[in-house]
Amino acid sequence: MRLGFTKAEERFRDEAAGWLEAQLQGTFRDVRGVTGFSAMIERRMEWERALGAARWSCIGWPAQYGGRDATLAEQVIFAEEYARARAPGRIGHMGIELAGPTILAFGTQAQKERFLLPIARGAEFWCQGYSEPNAGSDLANVRTRAAPAEGARGREWSVTGQKVWTSLAQFADWAFVVCRTEEGSRGHRGLSYLLVPMRQPGVTIRPIRQLTGEAEFNETFFADARTAYDNVVGAPGEGWQVAMATLAFERGVSTLGQQMGFRNELDAIIAAARANELLADPLIRQRLAHAHVGLKLMRYSALRMLSNAQEGKLSHEAYTYKIFWATWRKKLGELAADVLGPAGEIAAPPYEWEPLPQLFLSARADTIYGGTNQIQRNIIAERALGLPKEPRGS
Amino acid sequence: MQFAPSEEQRAIREAARSFLAGYTGSGGLRSALALPGGYDRQLWQQMAGELGWAGLAIPERFGGAGLGWVELCILQEEQGRQLTASPYFSTVALAAPLVRATGSETQCEELLGRIAAGGTQIACAVTGTEGHAGVDGVTVQLRPAGAGGFVLEGTGDFVIHADSADLLLVLARAPGSRGGQGLSAAVIAADAAGVTISPHVMLDLTRPMSRVSLAGVAVTREALLGAEASAGAAIQHGLQRAQIALAAEALGGAERVLEMTVEYVKQREQFGRPVGSFQAIKHRLADMMVQVEAARSASWYAACVADEQEGELAEAAAIAKSYCCDAFYDCAATAIQLHGGIGFTWEHDAHLYFKRARASATLLGTPAWQREQLVRVLGMGGATVPVF
Repeated sequence: MRLGFTKAEERFRDEAAGWLEAQLQGTFRDVRGVTGFSAMIERRMEWERALGAARWSCIGWPAQYGGRDATLAEQVIFAEEYARARAPGRIGHMGIELAGPTILAFGTQAQKERFLLPIARGAEFWCQGYSEPNAGSDLANVRTRAAPAEGARGREWSVTGQKVWTSLAQFADWAFVVCRTEEGSRGHRGLSYLLVPMRQPGVTIRPIRQLTGEAEFNETFFADARTAYDNVVGAPGEGWQVAMATLAFERGVSTLGQQMGFRNELDAIIAAARANELLADPLIRQRLAHAHVGLKLMRYSALRMLSNAQEGKLSHEAYTYKIFWATWRKKLGELAADVLGPAGEIAAPPYEWEPLPQLFLSARADTIYGGTNQIQRNIIAERALGLPKEPRGS
Repeated sequence: MQFAPSEEQRAIREAARSFLAGYTGSGGLRSALALPGGYDRQLWQQMAGELGWAGLAIPERFGGAGLGWVELCILQEEQGRQLTASPYFSTVALAAPLVRATGSETQCEELLGRIAAGGTQIACAVTGTEGHAGVDGVTVQLRPAGAGGFVLEGTGDFVIHADSADLLLVLARAPGSRGGQGLSAAVIAADAAGVTISPHVMLDLTRPMSRVSLAGVAVTREALLGAEASAGAAIQHGLQRAQIALAAEALGGAERVLEMTVEYVKQREQFGRPVGSFQAIKHRLADMMVQVEAARSASWYAACVADEQEGELAEAAAIAKSYCCDAFYDCAATAIQLHGGIGFTWEHDAHLYFKRARASATLLGTPAWQREQLVRVLGMGGATVPVF
């Protein structure tokens, strides 16, 4: 068990830090520190392309697909330096963290050759088609259906249905969509994992306004949308296994980058407490300490998770990671609101928020998306602790 | 960077687990508690001597095996799982790092050599009768006496396993000094003239503590570890290493009560089904596991810091001690609740864990106190009201 890095790894750190700093002082000065899914999206797509051109986008991937075959330690270092440099929030993450690793693990050779390089180069962006109005926590209740059909380019899938909470759908070239391909099937069976082009007449996107006042995600309607028959990952009917594996990829190195964003939020709260003279208040101090402890533990749990990931099975800390950070961040938002006091309740017209009240509001989603805390507890209890399964309705 | 135990570290854990399981099943623990001094001497001698656990983290030049705090914390965690009653923590995880931090090379050779050889017990008088944490809690006074010598005057309290110790390591301060200033560490024989050891009946049945009265106990200059009245920083350092070891023990306890409770709710049936099939129960257990896993990260991280990155020791100790002790307490409390009536009986082990959890949280600074230290270390000044 060792926390430190080797000399060669430290040299890698210098190289990464040097490149990032040069970019973010130069061409990409304007997007430094920009996060969220709504701000400066076009410029951040350019940033993704710059990362890709320099092969800093997906460093853990094989070189032939635009990566660097980076070791785990190098990936950790890059995530740290990326965040330290306050480089912009990754908007290519749906492709980089979810679609790409899924295709790498389950895709055919032809799919790897078609899809991976454009993801790594920032040439194509992705969005996720999982949730539906009636398939939230109960994801297996998916009703969007796909059936084989003849098209202009030969055999295709025809996709019809509605997806919801699709972040960045309006900027995406492709979606990975879980849909029902066996008529009359129910639950986990008969689902397939399709790759569907977003820019076509059969796809309609409608923004959803969320409680923060912004519209960061969408409803996506498929009406006889088409994709080539070969664009199915895994065998038709085995989409559930592929979809679940994708969710596991969400626990990758990117969590370290996410934590550095949290660090910046906590630092902003500390600065606000200093300004409000609340830093001497024992209760606020205890909460700041709790927040700092939680953040450190996220880091070390992530490093454990990554160190264990090489063994190939989901380790115990991986089951607990999501509920831990989500619960932590929701409390962080409440701490922010308490530190700001009444002044934190004044919005700019029409209804726009400074970063800390925005944190207070946006954190309410953290314990909902990607598996609610309640679902996380069921999963931990049943899969990690081996308790009896929930009875299912018929 | 490889933040997972090595093969060798896993082997140490497995060996420790099977050794302790043979010795300290619940029946073994209960009978050990009834023995004089509240522990099984034969077990202690085997652990400390034959298995070499006492010298595990002591450098080879002082007669130890030269392994790190990571390995020591593995043994602490395993003992925490079994609630092993032994002077291991007080002698090996508290006294030894204090000696190492404060003592000269010759003193380390002598005292750490005796600890590593197995058998010698050193109990530490850290705090006074109020039991305040850290160096602020030191109340015993060290006064100059004739011929370059000193006397110890005052009362040390909450001294773990003092009644079976060979030596006492007494933290003391110069008259009129405060906080980290004016501190000394003295080693005296437990039966020196002027020493009175009065065992308490403690909440935690597995970790006996005594009050140690010191009435004009003579101390030679040679018996002072390092220089007189300037050991504050070294003492802090030794105490922080002890906090990390205590956190590892708490992790072990938390882990074990979670397992016990999972086993119980799987077999206990009400309303015609195992109670562990109800979400009200499952979700409590899931929350326990979230805490246990975070505690494991805290404990491992701090143990690595003790071996590799001493600059971060104060922060890591505060994080590990606060988080692991809170986790252990919460898990032990939930374990009683989820065991229902049987969990409230003397016969069931749940209360032994619960009491150890509470006592460990208090020992060497409560979680709230640790968090206050953390905020100071992070450069946020001090609180308007002291936190104990």
